[in-house]
Amino acid sequence: MFFREIDMSTNIVFLLFCAGLVGLGGVAFVLSRAKATRVRATGTSMYAQPDQYGWFAVLTTAGPALLISALGAFVLLLMGADIPLLYLLAASLVIAAIGLVLGLNQVRPDFHARRAIESVIRKLLAAAAAISILTTLGILISIVGEALRFFQLHSFWDFITGTTWNPGASFLSSAGRGEDGGSAAQFGSVPLFAGTFMITLIAMLVAIPVGLGAAVYMVEFAPARVRQAAKPVLEVLAGIPTVVYGVFAALTVAPLVVDIAGLFGLEASYSNALAPGLVMGIMIIPFISSLSDDVINSVPSSLREGALALGITKGEMVRNVVVPAAAPGIISASLLAVSRALGETMIVVMAAGMRPNLTANPLEDMTTVTVSIVAALTGDQEFGSAQTLSAFALGLVLFIVTLTLNIVSVIMIRRFREKYRVNNL
Amino acid sequence: MSQSFEEISAQLKKRHRRSARMKWMTMGALILAAVFLVFFISDMVVRGWPAFQQAQIKVDITYNEQSKEIPLAAVNETVRPLVSRGVFRTLPQRMESNPELMGTTKTQWVIADSPVDQYLQGNKSELSAEAREVVDRLVRQGRAELKFNTRFFTAGDSKMPELAGIAAAAIGTLMTMLVTMSVCFPIGVMTAVYLEEFAPDNKLTQIVEININNLAAVPSILFGLLGLAIYIGFFGVPRSSPLVGGLTLALMTLPVIIISTRAALRSVPDSIRHAAFGVGCSRWQVVRDHVLPVSLPGILTGSIIGLAQAMGETAPLILVGMVAFIPEASMTLTDASTVMPAQIFTWASEPDSAFAEKTAGGILVLLAVLIFLNALAVWLRNKFERRW
Repeated sequence: MFFREIDMSTNIVFLLFCAGLVGLGGVAFVLSRAKATRVRATGTSMYAQPDQYGWFAVLTTAGPALLISALGAFVLLLMGADIPLLYLLAASLVIAAIGLVLGLNQVRPDFHARRAIESVIRKLLAAAAAISILTTLGILISIVGEALRFFQLHSFWDFITGTTWNPGASFLSSAGRGEDGGSAAQFGSVPLFAGTFMITLIAMLVAIPVGLGAAVYMVEFAPARVRQAAKPVLEVLAGIPTVVYGVFAALTVAPLVVDIAGLFGLEASYSNALAPGLVMGIMIIPFISSLSDDVINSVPSSLREGALALGITKGEMVRNVVVPAAAPGIISASLLAVSRALGETMIVVMAAGMRPNLTANPLEDMTTVTVSIVAALTGDQEFGSAQTLSAFALGLVLFIVTLTLNIVSVIMIRRFREKYRVNNL
Repeated sequence: MSQSFEEISAQLKKRHRRSARMKWMTMGALILAAVFLVFFISDMVVRGWPAFQQAQIKVDITYNEQSKEIPLAAVNETVRPLVSRGVFRTLPQRMESNPELMGTTKTQWVIADSPVDQYLQGNKSELSAEAREVVDRLVRQGRAELKFNTRFFTAGDSKMPELAGIAAAAIGTLMTMLVTMSVCFPIGVMTAVYLEEFAPDNKLTQIVEININNLAAVPSILFGLLGLAIYIGFFGVPRSSPLVGGLTLALMTLPVIIISTRAALRSVPDSIRHAAFGVGCSRWQVVRDHVLPVSLPGILTGSIIGLAQAMGETAPLILVGMVAFIPEASMTLTDASTVMPAQIFTWASEPDSAFAEKTAGGILVLLAVLIFLNALAVWLRNKFERRW
């Protein structure tokens, strides 16, 4: 009955387990070190220090126990079985006790405790490095799995080439009223991509000239004082959260765009594509400028000096020598910026429209891939519906496109690096 | 090919002019970026400043049996419509907990209704003409004024703009960041140590490296899809909880920490390692006792920048449901919660214009925290950075 009561609150069980493990580990450390000190006191030469034997015993005590309990918990979760946590943790503690005895046994003069610790630590570190691979796999599996489910419901070809995005109607069809052709859900993603590319294009038109110009000025022309003052300004710009840019775009820039368009006799929507594009451009300026800054900085100064020695002006040097030399790096920075703009979410969610609209006029409202993902996953749809699954299909496309851009950009920067043998990029 | 001296010097002048023009144009780009920043910050300050002030009214509150039943009766009916409904809502509770109040009348400052607040702030207000007169009279009598809005920093979200505060979201952010950092700081540093100090230079290591660089450039919203499908769908972590939000952000922040830690480790000169190996240290001892202590400032700087990034991130959290309406802050990891950027997002999508200033006020608080964190990182870097 006593155990039942503890079982009621898993927190206490967990705390007891941790306390038990720490206690056993402490005992293991003290006992092994004492034993090793004793052995050494007899004059036998040992491979390791007493402390290291102690730590090794701690590892043999806690390591297997933690591993078993973690594995057990994972299996429990997978099977959905309701085996009490208590038994699992109790079993782990028993294993810890066995580990303690084994570790104590290993305190022998001819045992390389330090080397053993070293290999355990190495494996631990490698396991940590494997988590990043697992993350990528996790993204791939989650997105591809759900996207495949979506493509079982709707054809891939329609998704890629269709020009009508009307996922809301999938609610009707799931309610059994989708027979009349007009209200069937349509998942043609072309308008979404058109909107995404339009906003990205506007952003790049702002970000690339300004960012690159700022970088060129800071490296080639600016006095050290200006450089020191300008860097933090750009860093602050880079540190502003995207949701804040979103508010700025929606509350300040969008009405401004409407007013200015009105001056020219043009009619603009309050959720026009221009406002999020402009603000996204501002957001990306520091990104481009800091990357190009690094690249331009690592163009060897021998090139500059050689050019200046021929008697050309500084401006000509920048245009004809420095920028062409840094071009692969600059292009790589721009590609990364494009990839960021494509995946940017908050600005467009808050400032761009929700209506899929296939148009070339940036003053109309347009929607983007990321907006549709958010819209599909924040509604009241059940998880298996075509609308929620469509978010994963869109996510898959987004992932593939950004991944390709990143890889191309890495290849470009590597080419630059090999050409000039720079190591800091 | 013969050019006179005049021709050449004219041409030279032109070339120098073009060079100067280039200088001014690139400088203009930098100035433009600075102007954007100034415009943006001042816009936010102007919009957000009113959120830190709030209209309060001095009223006589009658505590008796009647006002316990009908709280509205506690206040004189001329000022009744000017007082926030939230004040009346808490009256019965207050009388319950302080029985000695019963039968007394107290003159107290209470929170005014949102339209009064908007009127006193000088914004558009839906206040009727006669109510405006009453407010003007109260102001002249010193019975209504704008006071510092402490409630904004101590209360949770509310559907009434005059009662809404950022505290619940701030606590949610705190819990989420605790989860994020306790997961991604150890794993990130361990990964970086492995890749820099231990890993053999083979294909597998290269794949891990390329993979980490790619992860750093994956759009954040995809991490939200991962959190939704794997953490919530597969592992059954409670939706909207700081736990799921923190774990999602941890994966996103991991590459930032790995990359900056690697840079910090790389900047430690090999001579230190060689010296330590020379006196018989094992690889782990070299790392633990020599490389890590020396590179710690760099690692912390990178981690703080990663933390600031995670703190401002919204998109993946929206997908895992962290845009909940949270009136009461909770300090647990598994209850529904919200974070500051998500709170800003929620307020920004409220139709009531009084929420617009709350939005900007929340932004100012968030920006203050982020700028503080970034300044801390810069300070750490400048103070402890060593050039070898």
